[in-house]
Amino acid sequence: MGRFVLRRLAQLVPVMIGLSLLLFAWVRALPGDPARALLGERATPAGIATVNDRYGFDQPLFVQYFKYLGALLRGDFGSSIRTGQSVVQSFVERFPATIELAVAAMLFAVVLGIPLGYLAARHQGRPVDTAVMSGSLLGVVTPVFFLAILLKLVFANWLHWLPTSLRQDPRIDATHITNFYVLDGLLTREWDAAWDAVVHLVLPALALGVIPLAIVARITRASVTEVLNEDFVRTAESKGLSPRVISRRHVLRNALLPVVTTIGIWTGLLLSGAVLTETVFAFNGIGQYLFEAIGQRDYPVLQGYILFIAIIYAVINLVVDLTYGLVDPRVRMS
Amino acid sequence: MTVDLPPAGAAQPALVVDSDDASRGGLWREAWRRLIRNPTAILGALIILVFVLVAVFAPLLAPYEPGSTQWSGDVTPTSVPGPSPGHLLGLDRFGSDLYTQLVYGARKSLVYGVVSTAIGLTFGALLGILAGGIGGWVDTVVMRVVDIMLSIPSLLLAVSVAAVLGQNAYSIMIAIGVAQVPIFARLLRGSMLSQGRSDYVLAASALGIRRRRIVMGHMLPNAAGPTIVQATLNLATAIIEVAALSFLGLGESDPAIAEWGRMLVAAQDRFQAAPRLALLPGICIAVTALGFTLFGEALREALDPRTRR
Repeated sequence: MGRFVLRRLAQLVPVMIGLSLLLFAWVRALPGDPARALLGERATPAGIATVNDRYGFDQPLFVQYFKYLGALLRGDFGSSIRTGQSVVQSFVERFPATIELAVAAMLFAVVLGIPLGYLAARHQGRPVDTAVMSGSLLGVVTPVFFLAILLKLVFANWLHWLPTSLRQDPRIDATHITNFYVLDGLLTREWDAAWDAVVHLVLPALALGVIPLAIVARITRASVTEVLNEDFVRTAESKGLSPRVISRRHVLRNALLPVVTTIGIWTGLLLSGAVLTETVFAFNGIGQYLFEAIGQRDYPVLQGYILFIAIIYAVINLVVDLTYGLVDPRVRMS
Repeated sequence: MTVDLPPAGAAQPALVVDSDDASRGGLWREAWRRLIRNPTAILGALIILVFVLVAVFAPLLAPYEPGSTQWSGDVTPTSVPGPSPGHLLGLDRFGSDLYTQLVYGARKSLVYGVVSTAIGLTFGALLGILAGGIGGWVDTVVMRVVDIMLSIPSLLLAVSVAAVLGQNAYSIMIAIGVAQVPIFARLLRGSMLSQGRSDYVLAASALGIRRRRIVMGHMLPNAAGPTIVQATLNLATAIIEVAALSFLGLGESDPAIAEWGRMLVAAQDRFQAAPRLALLPGICIAVTALGFTLFGEALREALDPRTRR
């Protein structure tokens, strides 16, 4: 197991080096003077000189790359053109919001997707199956931002059941310790604040969770179908085990392996997919900040966030592989 | 974000057409026979047909010029004129004819979707063929590049490419094309590798046929099926991603442009007054994507030797 972990970590090194090279080239490919692009409207001659000195834009390329790499390793990712806030700080501040949203969306997808997929597999060719499969197809082809707009229109603007935007009602005087608003409310025992944060999560999480829901349901169906045809299920049936024991101990346990991988991969994807959902609901996470950065061409923020998201994505994929290896010994061998 | 729809049946890898299949014509004729008997394929093909016809004949179908905001005087912050004899679906937020905008939107989606998928297919296939066909260090280098591209979620990759290329129509097409490159590269490399070990390739090498001819004349045609399936499915995601990038404000800078994603953005602040402004372009995107997905899935099934009788 230890060697498996090490090998997987070693595989990450060239990818990360390549990515840093790519992002390094990216800022230099931007139209115009890189120092001017990084400073934006704050580009005074003095400011440009400072940036040139820090990143060495006037020096040979390989010197520039090592300066850039050195800055990254020191945790210096520059600061936003618009606000002047450090990129790292803005990310740390907003990331909890996106995690909260992604986890809520994934919970919705898993809690609904696995039973639906299982049901479809058990009743193949019947109306339940057709309904689940058509529904999942519809879920996949509906653009996330369209769904978000629709949900907002119906449940917030027309029915007034749920709030239209933000993470919490600004009139609530909530204390924030971790910036996970639901968790903060629970920690400080401000129940109304926690509940309000949950209410604000519902629509964005639904919008973001529909595609993973569709995928989880399909994967579960496919995987359960495959396991149902296995010899050991037939053996269990002929042994006279009750259907409940068979489905729980033999079918589900084996069928859920590919589902676990899907959940992991999609949790990583949701972190970037949240750009669209957060924008529609003005949900102040990294997605919305990234959207603003795109609009204003805030390159230091774009550059830093892409690198952060790639690292997080890689870590999640690594964790998925490790869990898989933990559950299924065959994976470790290969 | 790119959505790879898992197969409806058992969990199975992307299909690789059996190399010892009778003949290429046989495979395709058989696939065609199965396609025209499959209602899902017909429905998908019909949607695609309508979409393409609307896109091609947009100037004949639409009564006005796209993006002409000549009725902007009739639009107020609280009301957007609805359907009337002169305007089948009413006006949009900028005072253009909504029906005209939707029709020309189909044209934009088709061009953007096809061009971006073609870019992804061309460069992805080239990389995949190089990696799988030559192998060795070429394979290692190509696959490392693909790994790096896959380390960034595809929507973000497209966003970063589009941000460099600036505010024009090409930037979106290139961005979404680039994001598709790793998908095709992996597919063709896998297909090349699995066929490289097959008997007919061995036989061809034993006959002294040059490597390049084996790759181009024998291995490549056998990889065509899965590649066409993937391209069809990618057209669906490309159309959604074009709208998504447009929604994020990338691509052309004109806010009143006849593009479905941009129309959704504009609709947002006229929500309660005219929900149709958001509903119609959204439905157009979803239905078009549905058409390509249905047809692609049906094609995958029709070409799969395992489900053939």
